Amino acid sequence: MEMPIPDPAILAKKSSLIDQFLAVLPSEAVIFDEHETRAYECDALTAYKCPPMLAVLPSTTQEVSAILRICHQEGVPVVPRGSGTSLAGGALPTADCVILGVARLNDVLETDYENRIIRVQSGRTNLSVTGAVEHNEFFYAPDPSSQLACAIAGNIAMNSGGAHCLKYGVTTNNLMGVRMVMMDGSVVDIGGAHLDASGLDLLGVICGSEGQLGVVTEATLRILRKPEGARPVLIGFDTNEVAGACVSEIIRAGILPVAIEFMDRPCIRATENFAHAGYPDCEALLIIEVEGSDSEIDDQLARIIDIANVHNPVEIRESKSEAESAKIWLGRKSAFGAMGQINDYMCLDGTIPVSSLPHVLTRIKEMSGQYGLDVGNVFHAGDGNMHPLILFDANKPGDLELCEAFGADILRLCVEVGGCLTGEHGVGIEKRDLMHTQYNKQDLQAQLSVKDVFDPKWLLNPAKVFPLDSTTSRRAA
Amino acid sequence: MNPADELELAEIIQNTTAPLAIRGGGTRPIGGPVAGETVTTTAMNGVVLYEPGSLTIVVRAGTPMADVEKLLAQNGQRLAFEPMDHRPMLGSTGTPTIGGVVAANVSGPRRIQSGACRDFLLGVRFVDGAGNIIKNGGRVMKNVTGYDLVKLMAGSYGTLGVLTEVSLKVLPQPQATASVILRGLNNDDAQKAMSRALGSPFDISGAAHLPADETSGSETFIRVEGFDSSVAYRVAQLKDLLKSSGDIAVQTDSVAAQKQWSDIRDVTAVSAVDGDLWRLSVKPSDGPAIARLLKAKAVQFDWGGGLIWAVVQKRTDLRSALQGFNGHATLVRANTSTRRQIATFQPEPAPLAALTRGLRAKFDPKSILNQGLMG
Repeated sequence: MEMPIPDPAILAKKSSLIDQFLAVLPSEAVIFDEHETRAYECDALTAYKCPPMLAVLPSTTQEVSAILRICHQEGVPVVPRGSGTSLAGGALPTADCVILGVARLNDVLETDYENRIIRVQSGRTNLSVTGAVEHNEFFYAPDPSSQLACAIAGNIAMNSGGAHCLKYGVTTNNLMGVRMVMMDGSVVDIGGAHLDASGLDLLGVICGSEGQLGVVTEATLRILRKPEGARPVLIGFDTNEVAGACVSEIIRAGILPVAIEFMDRPCIRATENFAHAGYPDCEALLIIEVEGSDSEIDDQLARIIDIANVHNPVEIRESKSEAESAKIWLGRKSAFGAMGQINDYMCLDGTIPVSSLPHVLTRIKEMSGQYGLDVGNVFHAGDGNMHPLILFDANKPGDLELCEAFGADILRLCVEVGGCLTGEHGVGIEKRDLMHTQYNKQDLQAQLSVKDVFDPKWLLNPAKVFPLDSTTSRRAA
Repeated sequence: MNPADELELAEIIQNTTAPLAIRGGGTRPIGGPVAGETVTTTAMNGVVLYEPGSLTIVVRAGTPMADVEKLLAQNGQRLAFEPMDHRPMLGSTGTPTIGGVVAANVSGPRRIQSGACRDFLLGVRFVDGAGNIIKNGGRVMKNVTGYDLVKLMAGSYGTLGVLTEVSLKVLPQPQATASVILRGLNNDDAQKAMSRALGSPFDISGAAHLPADETSGSETFIRVEGFDSSVAYRVAQLKDLLKSSGDIAVQTDSVAAQKQWSDIRDVTAVSAVDGDLWRLSVKPSDGPAIARLLKAKAVQFDWGGGLIWAVVQKRTDLRSALQGFNGHATLVRANTSTRRQIATFQPEPAPLAALTRGLRAKFDPKSILNQGLMG
C-alpha cells in the first residue's frame, strides 16, 4: 500500500511543534518519544504500520482547537484517532503526521430521557454509551462488533453499523448533532436535540467522512427504550440459494427482524470446532432475531418458521429462553475468533443487493478455488452487508498480496452486481485505490470538492478514502 | 425546459450562464422567490428497478408520487418516511414528484420512529451546476463508500444540483394501524404524555397533539402499527401507561386511524387557518414553552412535541421567540412580498453559513441553480 513520502520540512518542525503543544497541553498529553509513538503505529488493519511523528491526547474541545490551530498554521497533517479499531486503516498514521487521539474525551455531558437523547464526548466507547443509560432501560442502537472498544468518534467517522441496523439504522440515522473542530481551530455546532437540521444536511456529510472534514469532540445521540425482549431462531439450509430466498421472503412478508445473520459452511465448521455451539452440519445457516413482548416474539418467530418450512430446512431451532438465545448467538459471535484460530484472515465488507446473494456466494467459491485461498462468509444478510473472511498466512511470502488481490476481486464483484465496496467499515487506505471501480472521475471530483470546502489545505487524515493519484496535487498545494 | 433525460439536462446546464428555476411538479413552492427560466424534471420519469425482496426501489426524479405509492402498495410496501402532500397547505396544484420530496426532505409523523426521507435515501444521480452528471451512494442499505452526498442532496432544494434519479429503501405496510387518543390535555401535559409513550417499549410510530380551539377540545394522538395481535397488545399497554392522563379513546379501525394520521401529516386543520404558516423544529420538551411565545392563531405539534406547525399573523418574524432555544424555524407559507422580507430558512451562524456558501460555490459555480430559494 503506497503512502505519501514524508515531508522533510514537516519532520524538521518536530521539536518546535513539541514546544508549541506543551504550551497548550499538559506534558503527559504530548507523546514524542519514539518508543511511545509506536503505540499509535497502526489500527486494527495491522498489516500496515507507520509510527507518527507525534501524538497528542487532548481532554477538552479547547485543547483540540489549540492543537489544530497549531497544525494548521504549521501545515502539519493530522490523523484523528478514536480507539484505533478501524479495519480499513482509517487511523493509520503517516510518518510526518500528528496523531490526535480523542480517548480522553470520554464524559457523558447530558442524558435526557424525556427527549430521548444523550450528549457525550466523542472518545467515549460505543458500549459505554448504552452503559450510561441502561439502568433506565434505554440503549444506543448502533452496535459494531468492536463496540466494547470502539469510540463514538470513530463510529461517526466511519458511519458504523452493526448486527441490529436492519431495524435501527446505522450511526448516521442515530446521530442528531455534533460539536466539531475545523482544521483551522474554529468550533462549530451542528444539530442537537431537534430531529432535523436547517439548511443543508451538513451533519449527514460529516458522518462517514472518515475524519477528513473536522474533529468531532461531542455528539448528541438518539437513545431508545429497550424492547421488552428479544429471541432468535436458527435455521439451517442445504444450499446458499435457498437461505438467500428465505431471507427475501421473510422481508417481503412484512416481518422486520432486528437482525438476520448468515453463515456459510466453512464458517459454520470453523466456529463449531472453536466454540462448540452445536450448530447443524449444513451449507448455510440463518440466525434471525425478533423483538417485542413474549407473545409478539412467539408470533413473529412462528411466521418466520412457516416461511422457512416451505424451503425444507435442515434444522430449525427456536429459542425459548435466554440461555437458548445465548447458545444460538455463541457461534456467530465467535466466528471471527474461530477463523483467526485457523489462520490469519482479511475481513471484507462489501454490500450487495439481497437478491444477488446466491450468485455472489457461488462466484466467491469459484474464485477461492482459483486463488487457492479459503474463505468463510459470515454477514448481515437482511441488509446485504457481506463479511467474507479470506484466510492467508502472513508469514508466507506473497500470501498477503494474493489475499488482497482476491479481496479486491470480491469487492469488484460486489460493485458489479449493484452493491458497494464497503457497508460499514469505511474506505480508509484499504479500499482507497478501488474507488475508481464504484465512482467515475466526476463522482469522485464532487466528493473531493466537499473536502476542499471543509479542509482547504488537505491536512486532515490525508491519503485515505480517495485514490492517491486523485489527491496528490491537493495535498501538495 | 423539460429535458427528456440526464444528458439533455446536462447540456442545458453546461450551455447557460443564466439562472434556472428547478421544478419537479411545482407543488411545493417553498423558499424565497426564484428568478430564471424553469427547468422541470417531469419528463425524466419511470421506475428503473424495484426489488420488493431487497426493500429497494430506484426511480427517476420526475416520477409522480402517486405512481410510486401505487406500485409499492400493490406489493404491500410503502415509503415509511410518510411524506406529506403540500398542495392543500400551499394551495398549489400539479403533480407531486419523488424528486421534489427528496429535494425538500419531506418527512412525516413516522420520522420519530423510522427516520426522515434522508434516512431512506440510498443513492442519487444528479446534474450539478456545471453540468456534470454525478452519482453517489447506490441501491444497497449499507454503504459507507466515500462521502455521503446522498444526505447532502436531500433537503438541498435543487441548489446543489438537479436530481435525476433516486434510490430509496422501502418498508412493508403494516397489517394494522391504531391510535390511542387522549382528550382534553393542555400542551404541557400532552407533551409529557407523548414523551412517556415514546419512552416506552411499545414502538410508537406517531405522537401528535392538536390543542383545543373555539369549536373542539384538544386531542393527543399516539400511533402503533404492526401485526393485529401486536397492535392490540400495545394499545392495551399504552392505555394502561397513560391512564393518569385523563380521558382515553382508541381508534382500532385501521382505515379510520390512517385518515387521522394523513390529516396530521398534511397539517390539515392548521393549514385551513388564514395567516403565515411556519414550521419549527425544536427539542420536544421545549415545544409547549415555545408555542406560548408564538402568539399563534393555530398550532399543531408532531414528533412528540418537537415539530410545531404554527399559523401566525401575516408578516410576523417569529424567530425572535426561538432565541435561547435550540432549533430552527422555516417560513413555509406566506405571500411573495413577505418572503422577500423574511428569510424562509433559519439564518445560519457565520461558520456554518461559510460552509454552505463554500459547498454551493463548488456544486453550482455559475450561481444559476434556484438562486434565492435558500437565501
